[in-house]
Amino acid sequence: MSAASPRLEALIGEAQRVLAICNACRYCEGYCATFPALQRRLEFTESDVHYLANLCHNCGACLYACQYAPPHEFQLNFPRVLAQVRQQTYRKYAWPQALGALYERNGLVVGLATAASIAFLFIFTSLVSDPARLFQAYSDAQGSFYAVLPHNLMAGLFTAVSLFVMLAFVMGFIRFWPDLGEEPGEFVKPRTFAEALHDVFTLKYLDGGSGDGCTYPDAQPSYARRTFHHFTFYGFMLCLAATSVATVYHYGFGWKAPYALGSVPVVLGIVGGIGLIVGPAGLLWIKSRRDPELVDPRQDGMDVGFLVLLLLVSITGLALTFLRETRAMGVLLAVHLGVVLALFLTLPYGKFVHALYRFAALVRFHLERRRPRPGIAPE
Amino acid sequence: MSYDILVLGGGNAALCATLMAREAGATVRLVEWAPQHFRGGNSRHTRNIRSMHDAPADVLTDTYPEEEYWQDLLKVTGGQTDEKLARMAIRHTAGCRPWMSKHGVRFQPALGGTLHVSRTNAFFLGGGKALMNAYYRSAQALGVEVTYDTEVIDLEMEGGTFRSATVIRNGAEEKIHAKAVVIACGGFESNLEWLREAWGPPADNFIVRGTPYNTGRVLKALIAKGAKSIGDPTQGHCVAIDARSPKFDGGIVTRVDCVSLGIVVNKHGERFYDEGEDFWPKRYAIWGRLVAQQPDQIAYSIIDVKSMGKFMPPVFPPLKAGSLAELAKMLTLDPAALEATVRRFNDAVRPGTFDHTIFDDCVTEGITPPKTHWARKIDTPPFYGYPLRPGITFTYLGVKIDERARMIMADDKPCANVFAAGEIMAGNVLGKGYIAGIGMAIGTAFGRIAGEEAARHVRS
Ligand SMILES: Cc1cc2nc3c(=O)[nH]c(=O)nc-3n(C[C@H](O)[C@H](O)[C@H](O)COP(=O)(O)OP(=O)(O)OC[C@H]3O[C@@H](n4cnc5c(N)ncnc54)[C@H](O)[C@@H]3O)c2cc1C
Ligand code: SF4
Ligand code: SF4
Repeated sequence: MSAASPRLEALIGEAQRVLAICNACRYCEGYCATFPALQRRLEFTESDVHYLANLCHNCGACLYACQYAPPHEFQLNFPRVLAQVRQQTYRKYAWPQALGALYERNGLVVGLATAASIAFLFIFTSLVSDPARLFQAYSDAQGSFYAVLPHNLMAGLFTAVSLFVMLAFVMGFIRFWPDLGEEPGEFVKPRTFAEALHDVFTLKYLDGGSGDGCTYPDAQPSYARRTFHHFTFYGFMLCLAATSVATVYHYGFGWKAPYALGSVPVVLGIVGGIGLIVGPAGLLWIKSRRDPELVDPRQDGMDVGFLVLLLLVSITGLALTFLRETRAMGVLLAVHLGVVLALFLTLPYGKFVHALYRFAALVRFHLERRRPRPGIAPE
Repeated sequence: MSYDILVLGGGNAALCATLMAREAGATVRLVEWAPQHFRGGNSRHTRNIRSMHDAPADVLTDTYPEEEYWQDLLKVTGGQTDEKLARMAIRHTAGCRPWMSKHGVRFQPALGGTLHVSRTNAFFLGGGKALMNAYYRSAQALGVEVTYDTEVIDLEMEGGTFRSATVIRNGAEEKIHAKAVVIACGGFESNLEWLREAWGPPADNFIVRGTPYNTGRVLKALIAKGAKSIGDPTQGHCVAIDARSPKFDGGIVTRVDCVSLGIVVNKHGERFYDEGEDFWPKRYAIWGRLVAQQPDQIAYSIIDVKSMGKFMPPVFPPLKAGSLAELAKMLTLDPAALEATVRRFNDAVRPGTFDHTIFDDCVTEGITPPKTHWARKIDTPPFYGYPLRPGITFTYLGVKIDERARMIMADDKPCANVFAAGEIMAGNVLGKGYIAGIGMAIGTAFGRIAGEEAARHVRS
């Protein structure tokens, strides 16, 4: 493993200081999984810090409850230091390692990747077809999309990118999991795996520990964050489902896109697309009202970049669905595919990776929960 | 502007009174000296409230009947308590949780963590600061006017009747008039001068665990105006905490929880008390006073590696050494003296079965003071030491009240429109000693009573 950067070292040191205070206090025990997990330990190694940081959802409850929060001289800001560590986790375990640095300036990266992808698709579409055809109106019957961009090229490009993305995730996981001291087999134990999935699907730890909702964007308990995250997550899943069904239609039945408005892939896509507008827009909105105490400004680019890309994907996708028989189709298709391509390319180097590390951390949390605790005498 | 009720202070007792009075329809103004960030006095450092219950109730397991609660209190106070008021507070705890919940306070389900004493105490989710935040949110929603950074410096009384209070805000003096006042501005534990008056020079070495704002200025003013005081200025809740703690506001994390696992020596390297006498949290409340009685108010808790990791991790790392002599040097003790003490102690340890979760049979024989439980030889390096100082939690000297939380004057007559709650009257119940969670019990009970009675007074 490469030597830790000075910034990472300082951060881990600060996280260790904060964790030691929390471990002596433990008042926040009931808020989320992070606290019971930290209480199992008396000392915190670097990988412990990465593990704990990835259990945190940055809901803010423990900052508002903290008697040592700034301006107290202990200057304890648990959510913020864990947020900073998370970014370093993504960087540290990124594959290929050299691309880990992208996390630092992700907003810019997203912008460039989007611009580049769109430009690429424009050049591509006009090269494979004649530029005039790009601005022509086609009826569905003419197989409008493939009139502009041959299906095999489209499928080939996206398959290659998807495979790379999957590989990057798998490699990230393969570096992270053993660093926590866990055997590969532990990850796939059905019961703990299912428990972690349950936490993910329900966003269990965004309930404020008491069912009132989490303290986001400010100290007032609210379900806003959980709701908008659900829209985003399930919207994304529906869009993936739409694509999968379409793939089956294409290869399984030989049915060519575009499909009718009432067809399964289109309905899934429309519903998912709406989720992917409401969710990211809502998350951006509450993020803009976020208590600055809780924000790590270095990550704004990454968070905002990802949410904006999701928004663009769904907006262009919906526009394409409804305008596909007009002259705007060619341009819309290139733009839509461009942002989708940019989204995919930046998935492993942007906010999306939280899903990987948080899920792994949750699996580990449930594994650990069943193990005997190191014996601290009861109070 | 004039209000029905003025509440002085911004901790648990003050907010309980405020919410009750407001719910009863009175207009309420609350003045808190601390800035908003530090609002809530010592209450924001708390974790739980001791609650009686005759059957398992929400977050409380088993039963904790009134009589047992009372006996526990009687034991620690040695009878220095007003039974009528104490039983009122105890009974009040049986039913106050739904009201607290209504105002946004959340309790923590028993998770089985190390801090749970879930039979006797109900734990606040997120601790006392979360509780205070909930109360302030509720007060705001009910339209209570709250001002921070406002110090009460005096009260104007006319023959046992409150007229107004003088406060300083932004450097300017201001008088606030009200039909009744609830005084809930804490004890005087953060007034170093007053502590010195009571304790003499040892007070200079005390560390105040809680808010720096509880300076007792209002308490002093009340006594000067003829309020009947109760309690002894040297009585209070005082625990042994890490000597490296901040002078104020270190809160819960500075406690050192390994006292009963090893030995405790003073600056001469001598043991001075039976470290194995009792469990946390009972022993917790006695070691502060014990350390206060030692020369220079310093002591050192010493353990070896066998005990490491068997107690709640303290916030400051221990001093660690490969030999006792080396550890002694780090602790500024005389190495020969410490070695001799440990040798005598080790020679006196009798074989037994160590179990820190029960009163085990590991004892010493033939030394004074003895160690009556959990006595194990200190012989396995590395050795660890924590320096200890008296950490003062809160003081018990206060004003006398009656069952309606009305302040009693020196002539034993109650003031019609002056009510007191919380630390400032806790001495009525706690003459000495302490049981975990009773501070919030007293503050909640009498805070709520004071608010209700003040509102009743205003209406009549
Ligand atoms: C570290 C620690 C842990 C504790 N843990 C527990 C626990 O778990 N359970 C428990 O029952 N008890 C606990 N206690 C004790 C408990 O904190 C007190 O018993 C309780 O908080 C008293 O409440 P109060 O409202 O009377 O005082 P406080 O909460 O101290 O409030 C006093 C208020 O008055 C204000 N004030 C003071 N002087 C003035 C002035 N001149 N003008 C205006 N405002 C003024 C202060 O700023 C403060 O807001 C703990 C105490 C400490 C220090
Ligand atoms: S965040 Fe603050 S209140 Fe919560 S456990 Fe940590 S130190 Fe305690
Ligand atoms: S911010 Fe929320 S999720 Fe993160 S550690 Fe604190 S309480 Fe847990």
